[in-house]
Amino acid sequence: MGSGNSKGEDKLPTEHKMRARIRALTDGAATGLAVLSTVLVVAPLIAIFVYLLYKGASSLNLAFFTEIPKPEGELGGGMANAILGSAILLGLASAIGIPIGIGGGIFLAEFGRGTKLADAVRFTADVLNGVPSIVMGVAIYGLIVKPQSHWIPFSGHFSAFSGGVALGIMMIPTVCRTSEEMLLMVPHAVREAALALGVPNWRSVLSITVKTASPGIITGCMLAFARVAGETAPLLFTALGNQFWSTSLNEPIAALPLQIYIYALSPYDDLHRLAWGGALVLIVLIVLAVSLVRYVTSRGVLKGAS
Amino acid sequence: MFLRRRKSVCPGHEAVERLFAQGFADACASFCGLVTSCSSLPGSLRKVNVNVPEIHISQAQLQAEPGPPEGQRPADGQPPAKAAAVEASAIRRFLLSRGNSAITDLGFHWLMVLCALSIFGIVVLIAVELVKGAQLSWSTSGLDFFFRAFVDPDTKLPMYWDPVNGHFSALPFVYGTLVSSFLALLLAVPLAIGVAVFLTEMCPEALRGPLAFLTELLAAIPSVIYGLWAVFVLVPLLREHVNPLLQQLLGWTGFFGSDNPTGLGFVAAGVILAVMILPIISSLTREVMTAVPHSQREAVLALGATRWEMIRMGVLRNARIGIVGAVILGLGRALGETMAVTMVIGNTPEISRSLLANGTSMASVIANEYGEATTDLHFSALTEIALALFIVTIIVNALARVLVWVVTRGAPARVN
Repeated sequence: MGSGNSKGEDKLPTEHKMRARIRALTDGAATGLAVLSTVLVVAPLIAIFVYLLYKGASSLNLAFFTEIPKPEGELGGGMANAILGSAILLGLASAIGIPIGIGGGIFLAEFGRGTKLADAVRFTADVLNGVPSIVMGVAIYGLIVKPQSHWIPFSGHFSAFSGGVALGIMMIPTVCRTSEEMLLMVPHAVREAALALGVPNWRSVLSITVKTASPGIITGCMLAFARVAGETAPLLFTALGNQFWSTSLNEPIAALPLQIYIYALSPYDDLHRLAWGGALVLIVLIVLAVSLVRYVTSRGVLKGAS
Repeated sequence: MFLRRRKSVCPGHEAVERLFAQGFADACASFCGLVTSCSSLPGSLRKVNVNVPEIHISQAQLQAEPGPPEGQRPADGQPPAKAAAVEASAIRRFLLSRGNSAITDLGFHWLMVLCALSIFGIVVLIAVELVKGAQLSWSTSGLDFFFRAFVDPDTKLPMYWDPVNGHFSALPFVYGTLVSSFLALLLAVPLAIGVAVFLTEMCPEALRGPLAFLTELLAAIPSVIYGLWAVFVLVPLLREHVNPLLQQLLGWTGFFGSDNPTGLGFVAAGVILAVMILPIISSLTREVMTAVPHSQREAVLALGATRWEMIRMGVLRNARIGIVGAVILGLGRALGETMAVTMVIGNTPEISRSLLANGTSMASVIANEYGEATTDLHFSALTEIALALFIVTIIVNALARVLVWVVTRGAPARVN
């Protein structure tokens, strides 16, 4: 469009009409394209969900949640050890990622406001957020799995600990940035009121500011949690996977996404079935977390605050 | 405009703080004799004492600034601001020595700083570890690692990746990563912009929330589930229907050769990557589009533009830098994506012209071989690939952040 505006001046009225029609048509075409692209984007999502529900629901049974995998070639078995392993890994990751993340967020929002250091930290967190998860796996392999030293706990072999650390580090930037944003929404008057009552600063931050912003901060933590819950790449050569029950931090451990990956590429139909079941469990967990987050944020717990 | 808004939030706070500090300093100054002479302080003052660190901050601000505006001073006779500051600092020292919350406050402050610094520490540790690991490979082949390959003297064919004989070249991986990522961008960018335009400018209010939620959900699905879906649904679909069509229609270009019956390959990887980066690009594009002031839209509409012309001239043109940033951010994500790509790209370290051929990518070779590498050189070569990926994604992400920031930094001004 936008071309052919000088055809001849004697046919001005028709020219105008033509242009108006072309413009209207372009407008309609653009609207149609936008709608079409939205449909095209939503389609795979619905396709994935429907297929996942259809395949996954039929493969879920009690054994799936209570049994460990059978030896290859045997039918049946479940992913109980992978579910437990994921829970342990995610618990460890949260124990590492959430406190450090929130601490970083408090620094950015309360102490470092407007300083160069805060800008640098913010930027580094964004960069860390963009680091591919596989690179994180390689780095943790080099840091914890490979070196055999007394300084580093659980070092020298594949272990649940290294997997948890990898996931925990991946949580930090997300938690940090969302906490910062939520803390910034807390009105100054609340802080001033606390300080005017003679509350020490640390106490005011912890039990006034952080508490006011806590729904938002929890939201951020759950988002980070949902994100690392499905991470596979950093676990490939840290947690490694395990066919048996294991709760030790010192040993390789199974994880749901890892198991899905291994089963998906295996040649057995029964393992494909388990992979779909695992995928359904994982996605239900994540969708629950994300919807909860959306519910909490859309209720406007903090909206009116600023 | 933005600056003014930002300030308008602060003055109330600053004024209160200043007044409070000033008043307290004055009170302290007048109580000075009392404090030093009396052994026991009045209870109320004792409570106020806890606030000393806060006053410390305010006092610092006070000293940095020329002085509080005239109207904010208490009316009764008092020493000038400078004298008050000096007085207060003496009292502060006295009060600090009484063991209040200053130490815990300072400890808390530094704990938070430590948390923030640990983010630096992590990035530095990752970088150091990768550089250390890549050293062997770097000293063996240097930059040639990324650009040249060992050629077999007998067959005259390049041997890109031959762990058994110790020949390593990252060429096919770089090629595969670039091809699959750009294919993904090619598919995803028009769609993402379409979605963003629809959601911000055209969508009925009732649909907006659910649709935005759905696209966000697309971002929350783990990559391994995308891979699972791609392996069992997308790849058969491509194999049965799409690839033959592509060969028929575009086979003459040479980009769609017909020698791969599996359905895996660059096209499959590109499609699944496109699905994965779509939500990132579209949500960021939406963000920068809503940051465009409403007055721009209104002005274009007032000149008689149709809706599309308004979007094109009023919105997209103003948001273009931010959209480029969003696209680059999507590229960063695509470059580092591992699991879904590994599952569908075919994992063959070769360079072929056909997009339907099996390929491999930087991330997938690491995922496939790192756990099973045997020789030091093999490890080192894989680590060097990881390092390259790390550096490239940092550069790409930084670039994207700067571009998005350029557009959205003035966003709050839109309210007016």
